[in-house]
Amino acid sequence: MAYSDKVLDHYNNPRNVGSFDKNAENVGTGMVGAPECGDVMKLQIKVDDASGIIEDAKFKTFGCGSAIASSSLATEWLKGKTVDEALEIKNTDIVNELSLPPVKIHCSVLAEDAIKAAINDYRKKQTKRVSVEQTVA
Amino acid sequence: MKTPIYLDNHATTQMDPRVLDAMLPYFTQYFGNAASRNHEFGWVAEQAVDKARKQIADLIGASAREIIFTSGATESDNLAIKGVAEMYAEKGNHIITAATEHKAVLDTCKKLEKNGYRVTYLPVKGDGLIDLDMLRESITDKTILVTIMYANNEIGVIQPVAEIGKICREKGVLFHTDGVQAIGKVPVDVNKDNVDLMSITAHKLYGPKGVGALYVRRKAPRVQLTAQMDGGGHERGMRSGTLNVPGIVGLGEACAICQREMPEETKRLRYLRDKLRSKLEAGLDEIYLNGSWEHRLPHSLNLSFAYVEGESLLMGINDVAVSSGSACTSATLEPSYVLKALGLGDDIAHSSIRFGIGRFNTEEEIDYVADKLIDVVRKLRELSPLYEMAQEGIDLSTVSWVND
Repeated sequence: MAYSDKVLDHYNNPRNVGSFDKNAENVGTGMVGAPECGDVMKLQIKVDDASGIIEDAKFKTFGCGSAIASSSLATEWLKGKTVDEALEIKNTDIVNELSLPPVKIHCSVLAEDAIKAAINDYRKKQTKRVSVEQTVA
Repeated sequence: MKTPIYLDNHATTQMDPRVLDAMLPYFTQYFGNAASRNHEFGWVAEQAVDKARKQIADLIGASAREIIFTSGATESDNLAIKGVAEMYAEKGNHIITAATEHKAVLDTCKKLEKNGYRVTYLPVKGDGLIDLDMLRESITDKTILVTIMYANNEIGVIQPVAEIGKICREKGVLFHTDGVQAIGKVPVDVNKDNVDLMSITAHKLYGPKGVGALYVRRKAPRVQLTAQMDGGGHERGMRSGTLNVPGIVGLGEACAICQREMPEETKRLRYLRDKLRSKLEAGLDEIYLNGSWEHRLPHSLNLSFAYVEGESLLMGINDVAVSSGSACTSATLEPSYVLKALGLGDDIAHSSIRFGIGRFNTEEEIDYVADKLIDVVRKLRELSPLYEMAQEGIDLSTVSWVND
């Protein structure tokens, strides 16, 4: 299969590889996929408390080149967005940007799922924090 | 050193220039139809075919009259299995094969099942070999054919063919073996192994594509086949169609070269294969060998690189031609059924690479491939959340994955 130049670029120079402390209050972690399906994505966001803006994002992916590229691209797009704006990233945006062929669309779906899972995780932590603070007060 | 480097010699092989030289006169100069009995053109073609028949027979310990020419191993497998099934239908309707066979055998068996035949698909053990006791127990008075490949195309393991042949002979059941990966690579002898039918193809042993043969035993027992194509009654009535004389000459020459050079070639290929494995194992942890090491073709290696997905691995070594058992590289998006039959988890199947070293590979190429793979696997493991979890001591089999 021939890969698009953008997929090759993300594969050869993946952006934002790494991990944050998943227990930190301002970090949201999403892990989706399963090894037996050949794809596992871990995507993390670090949110600036005051502004609600995603100040940093990191990923690690087990999967084909298109899965690596989809998650690498997602971290690039997440940075600088508010959490609400981040939820608007759609898998079709990723498909278009990377020119993914039909058999690789599931890679983009997985990346969208990973974004949602990371935001969900972050929001859960925030709700908990708020309720803890209220209890303390 | 030239790139890309070809290490996919189970898929096909580069034709040996000596084979091409032998073939060339039979395209333009000696173009006769080997079935033309009444003129010089036909006689010359027939002589060339007879010589090739002898060269092929010599390589497998057969006699020349037991070689039936075909278009390749898929046709040979079809002819052997369907031909026996039809010819011996009165004797029984049961066929035994194995889960790790090539699709040319499995799909032929499935077709026969639709037509009322019963097929037993033997499982394989973790090392890829069939269980001989299970084979023996599976044979009934309705069994007419056992078809088990000589050596596997994905993992390179060599089945205990002589023992299978012995069991079949004792039980009075015909034995067909798909020999394409083994012939020319390891010594094969149809009499020692009690083989009754064997599929052969030229392009796996440095010959041309589009030509193959079926060995059909002529005595003790005399095997009969129902032809699958109707026509001029060529090849003792078993396979009609004008003979592909240049291709047949190529197959014959390829066999002769393999026979002459096998002792030296085997030594050289085994050295390269072993070097590739030991270099990779020295440079990387958590590499797993797929299939038996002991019962294996000398040029064959199938490894899984844990925590790294096969297609992304191939992408990183894009100047090296190999295959992966990963779903992403197959048309069906399913991981290799052969690796799954060994009992491997899908994750390990997704991480597998098949290396097939051949006549034209050099030591320099092997060193290059090993070094490059070590780099790419390390890089991809840095990217892999699974590797990170494993390093943290998490047992991946206990994780509940979110997958919808």
